[in-house]
Amino acid sequence: MTAVAELMDYDEVLERFDPVLGLEVHVELNTNTKMFCGCANVFGGEPNTNVCPTCLGMPGALPVVNGTAVESAIRIGLALNCEIAQWCRFARKNYFYPDMPKNFQTSQYDEPIAFNGHLDVLLDDGEVFRVDIERAHMEEDTGKSLHVGGATGRIHGAEHSLLDYNRAGVPLIEIVTKPLVGTGARAPEVARAYVSALRDLLRALGVSDVRMDQGSLRCDANVSLMPKGTEVFGTRTETKNVNSLRSVERAVRYEMTRHAAVLAGGGTIRQETRHFDESTGSTSSGRAKETAEDYRYFPEPDLVPIAPAREWVEQLAATLPELPWQRRQRIQAEWNLTDLELRDLVNADALDIVAATVDAGAPPAEARSWWVSYLSQKANATGTELTALPITPAQVAKVIALVAEGSLTNKLAREVVDGVLAGEGEPEQVVEQRGLKVVSDDSALLAAIDEALAAQPDVAEKIRGGKVAAAGAIVGAVMKATKGQADAKRVRELIISRCES
Amino acid sequence: MSDLIRQTAAELAAKIAAREVSSVEVTQAHLDRITAVDPAVHAFLHVDAEGALAAARKVDEDIAQGHVASPLAGVPLALKDVLTTQDMPTTCGSKMLEGWVPPYDATVTRRLREAGVIILGKTNMDEFAMGSSTENSAYGPTRNPWDLDRIPGGSGGGSSAALAAFEAPLAIGTDTGGSIRQPGAVTGTVGVKPTYGGVSRYGLVAFSSSLDQAGPCARTVLDAALLHEVIAGHDPLDSTSIDQPVPAVVAAARAGAAGDLSGVKVGVVREFRGEGYQPGVVAAFDTAVDQLRKLGAEVVEVSCPSFTLALPAYYLIAPSECSSNLARFDAMRYGLRVGEGDAALSAEQVMSLTREAGFGPEVKRRVILGTYALSAGYYDAYYGSAQKVRTLISRDFAAAYEQVDVLVAPTTPTTAFPIGERVGDPMQMYLADLCTIPSNLAGNAAMSVPCGLSEEDGLPVGFQIMAPALADDRMYRVAAAYEVARDAAAGGALIHRVPELEASAR
Repeated sequence: MTAVAELMDYDEVLERFDPVLGLEVHVELNTNTKMFCGCANVFGGEPNTNVCPTCLGMPGALPVVNGTAVESAIRIGLALNCEIAQWCRFARKNYFYPDMPKNFQTSQYDEPIAFNGHLDVLLDDGEVFRVDIERAHMEEDTGKSLHVGGATGRIHGAEHSLLDYNRAGVPLIEIVTKPLVGTGARAPEVARAYVSALRDLLRALGVSDVRMDQGSLRCDANVSLMPKGTEVFGTRTETKNVNSLRSVERAVRYEMTRHAAVLAGGGTIRQETRHFDESTGSTSSGRAKETAEDYRYFPEPDLVPIAPAREWVEQLAATLPELPWQRRQRIQAEWNLTDLELRDLVNADALDIVAATVDAGAPPAEARSWWVSYLSQKANATGTELTALPITPAQVAKVIALVAEGSLTNKLAREVVDGVLAGEGEPEQVVEQRGLKVVSDDSALLAAIDEALAAQPDVAEKIRGGKVAAAGAIVGAVMKATKGQADAKRVRELIISRCES
Repeated sequence: MSDLIRQTAAELAAKIAAREVSSVEVTQAHLDRITAVDPAVHAFLHVDAEGALAAARKVDEDIAQGHVASPLAGVPLALKDVLTTQDMPTTCGSKMLEGWVPPYDATVTRRLREAGVIILGKTNMDEFAMGSSTENSAYGPTRNPWDLDRIPGGSGGGSSAALAAFEAPLAIGTDTGGSIRQPGAVTGTVGVKPTYGGVSRYGLVAFSSSLDQAGPCARTVLDAALLHEVIAGHDPLDSTSIDQPVPAVVAAARAGAAGDLSGVKVGVVREFRGEGYQPGVVAAFDTAVDQLRKLGAEVVEVSCPSFTLALPAYYLIAPSECSSNLARFDAMRYGLRVGEGDAALSAEQVMSLTREAGFGPEVKRRVILGTYALSAGYYDAYYGSAQKVRTLISRDFAAAYEQVDVLVAPTTPTTAFPIGERVGDPMQMYLADLCTIPSNLAGNAAMSVPCGLSEEDGLPVGFQIMAPALADDRMYRVAAAYEVARDAAAGGALIHRVPELEASAR
């Protein structure tokens, strides 16, 4: 293992340097079939079952472009405000690696399908940062290597490697930003917010599962620093293996503090790829890129150029679904939210799940309240993402409905939610099994009230004498007797009417 | 020698369909011929007697039921070992793929089977189709039936030699820079490179994807046309395959055989004669041009100045593409693996050792050339410039076809050279494809028909006819007319002057 890197205090970094970011995001499309063959495009599966001569790179096999993937690429380009190429080609990116069946990747090089766009990114405080998009291009994924033995799980030092080509040929879109300057202290946040916004956009388009944990959305973060007052970009590093939004932010911040320490100490940054370690939040040195890798790109002769008809592109543009920023505006109006309330929802990553709860029948205010307060606390307490909690929007909506119809009090409702989170089943089942239903049978309550009044005759007398405030003691006794399942307000009403009669 | 092996494919097909002879008898006759002469010729790398006879029995049964699969049903064929076959190894003449049985049939293979054509076996070739003599095969050279000490051309020397040795009446070749036409020329047989995209490349192990084209090889123009129509046509598995009707080449060949070329304008390419051209080749070529005139064709001279740049451009483009196409041979999924079980070796070392051991010198030469030509800083000067030359060549063709219907030239500057003569001199070897390469670079149709024997050595000379893309039928018409006139003048088919192999077999 290498020595622990020296890091500079973050505030000092910002006093002395300006960061420059470049983000490359790979998105696996959720097409039915792979990019260049008819094999199923599914995550997982027994190794080497979704393969054919083409995606195994068998001699003689040829690629055929997946039309749906091209359509998805164009839709992504349009949603990112890109120009769509009149004419573009695939190219071969040549390099040897065992998990790449042909030892070249069929990709796009100097003729991407979409280019020159932008994405407006909402930061935590409501400020909007415009990220300029350089290009979005089509390519194919590689297979997966599993390196067995050795300390790091990487090829170096491994005893042997296993190869699974199920992922080989899965359609990928690579989205590359222009260099992002002027982010200052907010560089890590901008990086995270950009990936988050892009994820939401892709989800709205329905083109990808966008699961960072499964690798269907992958981010490589390029970071460099330039001393304050200069405008020449420093040497960059490219951090790979950043598998969550939080990691994107941490990785950028870590690299900024590491670069600054190296540069301040008179050292130079090595142009290289780095690997992000989730557990330590640090990066470690990977492949050197000092001599720019020569991929010997040339136009793919096995495929014909793609020239999307303008009418088709216009039709795709006209039929884009509601995009996240449009949706946010609509929801803010429909739910009557202040800017702050909207931002809190977005920052808690709760917008979709609240909307789904509303769609399941809950009033927006209640839905928002449940997710942003009680369920957010639960998520924080267990260290999980809000959306990963084992409760569905429909279940939350059901609980809200039970409260509205008077079957549950708010306190009982929280217990029901706890039960659902604990895996005890649907809300109704939890109510049944835990016996949480509000006691609304007046005869049962009256029996309890009569008993309490008989036990405390002095209090009963006071009530009959018009001292209604004294009823509190009887309410308490009844609630105790009914184990809190009675509606206190109803109990009070019944006590008073009982004493008047 | 059995009479059956001397017949044309068209004759055999008619007799099989009429049940005058069975496909099994025809197939057996050719298998017997292979047993007798192939030890001397070495046209085949693999013979599948059992599979061929089973397929022949099936065709005979179908015909007995009244079903004739195609105009070539029951006729045997020799398949170049660069097209994949599920039931036979596909080696591409390389140690790298020794014993590899592909999991799928090439589209050409599938179409042949569906047409009831009997695949006898796989023919020898220069390794991965790189060469002009079949000497680059890892499994030893094929010999020319006209003179066993000479080369049969390449890369498809096995397919052409099989025809000239009467081991098969039909064969499939692939033509990247002349690998169908040049072997056809030096073995006195017919070889056709269809328009690029006319025949599917799916299952054709790629040498240079933008140039490779499979095509028919036969002893007569009509047989080539019949085979052309069996294998051609759009294939959704090949993106570069043309989605248009196949040119009516059989009808054109039959029309041409009537012997009238009036109204046809023929252009003689000025650049393809002079230094380096064997006098006997030029004489035979000029005689053929005279014969076209006698058939009524108008003959003019046409200049295509860029054609002189074709060879250097080809030797940048083809190696560039091959350096990428052959990268897949890395010992990971199929084929040769050197260092298996040696735990001390890394994956990269296994790849490197395998490629060192598995590829022959010519393949390595071209992979290195291509890798260099595509490298950063050299791309524009080499690959980029070569692509520009390609455009110029296409323009020369287009300009020529404004004036004439077809272009003609010698297929190759010399007759078959002795085995071993050019092995040490790649530039001399490359010159064998001087006249054939322009059509690959432009993607148009071209074919070679025999045009007599050279005065100096008595060896066959090839007459090349080139036609615009998708006008393959034009060259068949001219070739069929010429073939009739040639045989009438010579008093019989040229191919029957090939020496009796039993006598010369060693």
